[in-house]
Amino acid sequence: MRIRKNLSLAALCLATVGLHLLIVATGTQFYLTQLTMAAYYGLVVIGLGVLMGYAGQISLGHAGFFAIGGYLAAALTTRNLQPFQEALPVRMLDCLGLLATGQDIYGAALLTVTPWAACVLAVLAAALVALAIGVPVLKLKGHYLAMATLGFGTIVYRILLASAYFGEADGIVEVPAFPLLPAVGRFGPVVISGDADHRILNFYVAWGILILGIALLLNLIGSRVGRALRSLHSAEAAEASGIDTGRCKLQVFVLSAVYAATAGVLLTHFNGGIGPGEASVMKSVRYVALVAVGGMTNLWGTLIMGVGLTFLSLRGVFGAYDDVVFGAILIAVMLFAPGGVLSLRLKEFAYRLIPGGRS
Amino acid sequence: MVPRRFSSAFRMNFDLFFQYLVAGITYGSIYAIVAIGFNIIYNATGIINFAQGEFVMLGGMIAISLLEHLPLGYAIAAAVLVTMGIGAVIEILFIRWLKSPSVLQMIIITIGISILLRESALHIWGESIRSLPYFYGNEITTFTLGSVHVSPQVVWVIAACTVMMGGLSAFFKSMPIGREMRACAANRTAASLCGINIRNMVTLSFMLSAGIGALAGCVMSPMTYTQYDSGTSLAIKGFTVAILGGLGNSLAAVAAGILLGIVEAFSVSLVPLAFQDAIAIAILLLILFVRPHGIFGSSEMAHLQDF
Repeated sequence: MRIRKNLSLAALCLATVGLHLLIVATGTQFYLTQLTMAAYYGLVVIGLGVLMGYAGQISLGHAGFFAIGGYLAAALTTRNLQPFQEALPVRMLDCLGLLATGQDIYGAALLTVTPWAACVLAVLAAALVALAIGVPVLKLKGHYLAMATLGFGTIVYRILLASAYFGEADGIVEVPAFPLLPAVGRFGPVVISGDADHRILNFYVAWGILILGIALLLNLIGSRVGRALRSLHSAEAAEASGIDTGRCKLQVFVLSAVYAATAGVLLTHFNGGIGPGEASVMKSVRYVALVAVGGMTNLWGTLIMGVGLTFLSLRGVFGAYDDVVFGAILIAVMLFAPGGVLSLRLKEFAYRLIPGGRS
Repeated sequence: MVPRRFSSAFRMNFDLFFQYLVAGITYGSIYAIVAIGFNIIYNATGIINFAQGEFVMLGGMIAISLLEHLPLGYAIAAAVLVTMGIGAVIEILFIRWLKSPSVLQMIIITIGISILLRESALHIWGESIRSLPYFYGNEITTFTLGSVHVSPQVVWVIAACTVMMGGLSAFFKSMPIGREMRACAANRTAASLCGINIRNMVTLSFMLSAGIGALAGCVMSPMTYTQYDSGTSLAIKGFTVAILGGLGNSLAAVAAGILLGIVEAFSVSLVPLAFQDAIAIAILLLILFVRPHGIFGSSEMAHLQDF
C-alpha cells in the first residue's frame, strides 16, 4: 500500500517534468500559464474531494473559502495602511516587521502587509471562518447541509460584491508578486507572479505544491484519522467504536477550507488580481462537479479530472458552453457513473457491445 | 407648532410603515409560492428540487416571448403549460428511471438541471433584462388605500397567490388525483399497494410545481423583471421559507413567506440594498442552526425526519 502510494507520487512528479518537456518539445509554452492555474484549482478540488468522499459531507460553498483567502491576501498586500499607522493592529504588525513600504503609481508612500504575513493571515482567517460555521453546519445532513453551505457561499459573494474595500464588482487588481523564498547563493529568488520570465518556475512551484498537497492527503487517509473518516458514512457504527464523529468532520472541513484558501492566495498572486466571479455559486458547483467526475472516494481520479477539465476550461475549449458542460457533466456522472468516470468498467462495457465477445 | 410637526412626522412614518408592509406581503406571497413548489416535490419524492427557481424564471421568459403572438392572458396560460411540460420532461429524463438514488445524487442532479435550464435561457434570451407589461395600467398607475399608494400589480400578485393556494388545497382535498398524490406522500408503499402509480404521481408533482412556479414568475415579472439568472436567489429564498414553515407544510409556508417578505422589506431601511439577499440567507442559516424543523414545525415530528 505504502509502496504503491509512493510510486504514484513519484509518477506524478515524473509526469510534471514530462509535461514540461512535452511543452518545450512542441513549442507550446503558452500552455504553462493555464497549467499553473489548473494546478491551483486542483488543490481546491482535492481538498473538497476528501471532505465529500471520505467525510461524506457536501459543500456548495468552497468558492467562498477560496475567495476569503484570495481576497484577504489581495486586500492586505494592496490596500494602503498609511492612514491607520497609529492604530494598534497596524503598530503590532509593524513591530513584528510584517509591513512593507513602497510607492504607488503617483509616488505617494504606500504601507502594506508583506505577502507572507498576508498569506498566513488570510489562510488563518479562512480556517477560523470554517471552524465557526462548521460547528453548526456539520450537524446538518443532506439537503439541509447543501443549502446551508450554498447560503454561506452566497453571503461571501454578496459581501464581496457590495463592499468598497474589496473593490465591489471590479475586484482587486495589481496584487504584488509573492516572494516565496529569498535568493540563496547561485539560485534566484522563488517568486509567484504572472511574469513571463517566471513562467517555468511558477509552473513547477504550483505543481510542487499540488504534489505536496496530495501527498499530505494520502497520508491522512492512510492514517488512523483516515480510517476514522471512512467510518463516518455510518455514524452509529463509528460512534460505537469510540470515534468522535462531529470532531472528525469539523477537522476535515477546516482542512479542506485551508486547501481552498491557500489555493486562493497563491492564484491571486499569480494572476495579479481577483474578481468576485471567483466567489460565485457556479464556481462552488464546478468544484463539486469535478470531485463527482473524479469519483468521490478516489483522490487520484479527482486530481486527474480536476486538473484536466479545469485546464480545458481555462483554455476556452468549451467556449460559451463552459457552464453547460459542467452542468451536463454533473447530471451525466450522477446518472450513469455515481462512482466517478474512472470507476466505469469500460472493458466489460465494450465486451458487452461486441456481439460474440467475452462477457 | 411642535406637536403638529411631530404628528405629521409620525404619520409619515406610519404611511411608510404600511408601504413597507404592502411591499413585504407582495414579495412574501411570491416566496410562499416558490416554497409550495418545493413542498409539492418534497412530499412526493423526498427531493429538494434545486431547479425550482428556474421554473419561475422560465415562466416569465416564455410568457414574454409569447406575448408577441398572443394576448397577455393566453400568453401566460401558454407559458404555464409549456413550463409544466418542461417539468414533466425533466422528471422523465433524469429522475423517473433511477432505482434508489441517494440524497447526494439527487442534490447534484437537480443542481445540474438548474444549470442547464439557466444556461439554455442565457443562449435563447441573452443577458437582457425583460419584463411583462403591467396587467392593468402602467408602472405609475396607483390607487390609494387610505394614505398608502398601491400598484394594481400588487393586487394581481396577491390575488394570483390566493387563488393558487385555494386551487391547490381544493385539488389535494377533493380531486381523486390530488388525494392519490397525498396518499403517495404519506406512504409510498401503501399507496402503490392500493394501485396508485407512484411514478406518474412524481411526474405530476413536477408538473404541478413547475406550473405554479411559472405562474408566480408571470405575475411578478412586471415588478421584479426577469433575467436568465433571476431564479437562483428566488430559489434560496423559497427554500428559506419552506424550511421556516417546516418542510412539507404548505399552509405554514404562506405565513413564513409573508414573514420573510416583511422582514426583508423593513431591512431595506436599515442596511444597504446590496446586502438584502445576504439577510434572507443569514435568516436561513440561523433557522437551520437553531430550529431546522421550522418555527411552525413540532420538534417531536423532527425526530422522525432526517436533517
